[in-house]
Order: sequence, then C-alpha cells, then structure tokens
Amino acid sequence: MTPWGTWIAVVVAMALATQITRFLPFVLPARWLDNPVVDKWRVGLPAVILLLLVAYCLKDTGWTHRPWGLPEGIALAAVIGLHLWKRNALVSIGLGTALYMVLVQTGFPWSP
Amino acid sequence: MGPMGFTAFKTSLPVAFGYVPLGMAFGVLLVGLGDPWWWSPVMGLVIYAGSAQFLAVGLLAAGATAFDAFVATLLLNLRHAFYGLALRDRYRALGPGRGYAIFGLTDETFSLLAGRAPEPRDREFVVALTAWNQGWWVLGCTLGALAGHSLPFSTQGLGFSLTALFAVLLVEQILRGVAATTLVGAAVAAAVCLAALPGKVFLIASITLGALILVVLPRPRGAR
Repeated sequence: MTPWGTWIAVVVAMALATQITRFLPFVLPARWLDNPVVDKWRVGLPAVILLLLVAYCLKDTGWTHRPWGLPEGIALAAVIGLHLWKRNALVSIGLGTALYMVLVQTGFPWSP
Repeated sequence: MGPMGFTAFKTSLPVAFGYVPLGMAFGVLLVGLGDPWWWSPVMGLVIYAGSAQFLAVGLLAAGATAFDAFVATLLLNLRHAFYGLALRDRYRALGPGRGYAIFGLTDETFSLLAGRAPEPRDREFVVALTAWNQGWWVLGCTLGALAGHSLPFSTQGLGFSLTALFAVLLVEQILRGVAATTLVGAAVAAAVCLAALPGKVFLIASITLGALILVVLPRPRGAR
C-alpha cells in the first residue's frame, strides 16, 4: 500500500498541475497568446505530446528478446486499425486492451 | 433537472460509455497497488484527469515524489491549455459557474463542445455537461475500485488501456489534420531521448525537444 503522506502529496501535486494547465489560457493576457510560436504549438503540440506518450508507454518493452514486443505491436496495430475503421474510442481501447491481456496472459507467441 | 440539464445529459452519454469503463480500469489498477478503494473516487473528484490518474498509478508504484508527479502532470496535461485557448471567448461569457467549467475541461468535454454552437442558455448547458461527465468518471472510478478486489480473472496487461487511450487520441489528432513534418519531428524527439537519456527524464526531455522542433519547423500551409 502507498503511504498516506505520499498519496496526499501526489494527489495535491497532480490536481494543482492539472488546474494550472486548464486555467492558464484564461488568466494569461490575450496578446501573449497571439504570437507565431504559440500558434505553432496550438496546432502541433497536442499530436507531438500524444506521440511521445505512446512512446513513453512502450519504452520499457523488450524488443530484442522473447516475446520481442509482439503483444505490444499486435495490440497497438489492432487499436489503430479498429479506430480508423469504427472511430469509436471505447471499442478501440476496449478490444485492443482485451487482446493485449489475452496475449500476455497466454504467453504469446505460443510455441513449444 | 431543467431542460438544459436534460440536453446536457443526452449530450454526455457518448462520454459515459467511455468514462465508466476507463474509470473502472483506473480503479482496478489503483486497488491493485493495495490502496483503499475510496482513494479512487477521491482522485476522480480532485484530479479529474484520466490520463494523469493512470500515470499516477505508475508513479505511486514506482515511489515517485510529489515533484515528479507535478512535472509529469504539467507536461501531460499541457494540451488542455490549448482547449481553453479555443473555448476562451465562449467560457468568458458563461459568468458564474465558469470556474467549475474550466476545472472540468477534459479532452472529452472539449470534444463535445468544440463541434457545437453555444446553446441558448449556454451557462446551464456547459456547467451541467461538465458535471455529468465528471459524474460518469467518478462512477467508473468507484465501481472499478470496488470490483477490483473480487475480479474472477487476472488483470495482468490491463495497464495497456493507457497506451491504447493515447494511441486513440493521437489517431484522432491525425484525422483532424496534423502535418507529417510534425509527426516526424515528434518521432525524432522520441528517438533521440530514448537513445541518449535515462528513462526517468524521457517525458520531460522529449516534450521539451518536441516543442523546440515545432518552433523551428515552418508553419504548415492550411493549418487551423
């Protein structure tokens, strides 16, 4: 179990950081936000951060030894494929995660 | 419930189908650390940021400090600042209740509002929609944490739901039109940081590098 003090500190820190990101555009003067650099970030940064988060989630995958990242690769391809096909976030996340759980719990790739 | 409250309820239903199962996954993971069940709904009420809460499970498991959690959450949720930027004038006009609406401006609430014109009684609508969405999330967090102790199957691999969530949000961004150079820039930032730096600083280092690369890249033609 997480110690109480650690939990409270982490929750407060995360709540504070989250609210800073949500209130920032409402408290900054408009003219600060109206410049070419902020404009580039507004257009491009969400995608950059999401790609880096996917990389962050996969960074400890062992690609060079069994199972060579196959469960991660297959499940991620399923998530992306399902989402391009149905464009339903719940279906993509739910089925992709279920597939991943089956693969890791049954020791994929199955072989003697 | 007033008429705007009911409109907000109907509008929130697609989010309910996402938030309840995702909140449950979070609750299951959190009690998996051996933590009390009610910590899960408290985090849903106080933090109310799905991806940050998933990240919190990993941080708590790794014994991270509050400072680590602060920096990681700031970077993770920086995208919310751009949602506020897009809704700035609409939210400014809301009056009382605006503070709660900003507090609860998640990816999903933004996606529901971004595609719709303001309602005739927009303040009631936006505040009620925000409250419905948070209600669905806290419900999921509660149910998952309560069920987590007595699930009849192994939850090994459930944490992949976080990877899947980020991948889905990324695909949505790409479908809305992201320049290829932006994605290549992000991939370069990821590769450089994976190769050159210890894993602990990956998130902060790669996002900083990615933001710098964006400044150097020419602004894509036809971008919003």
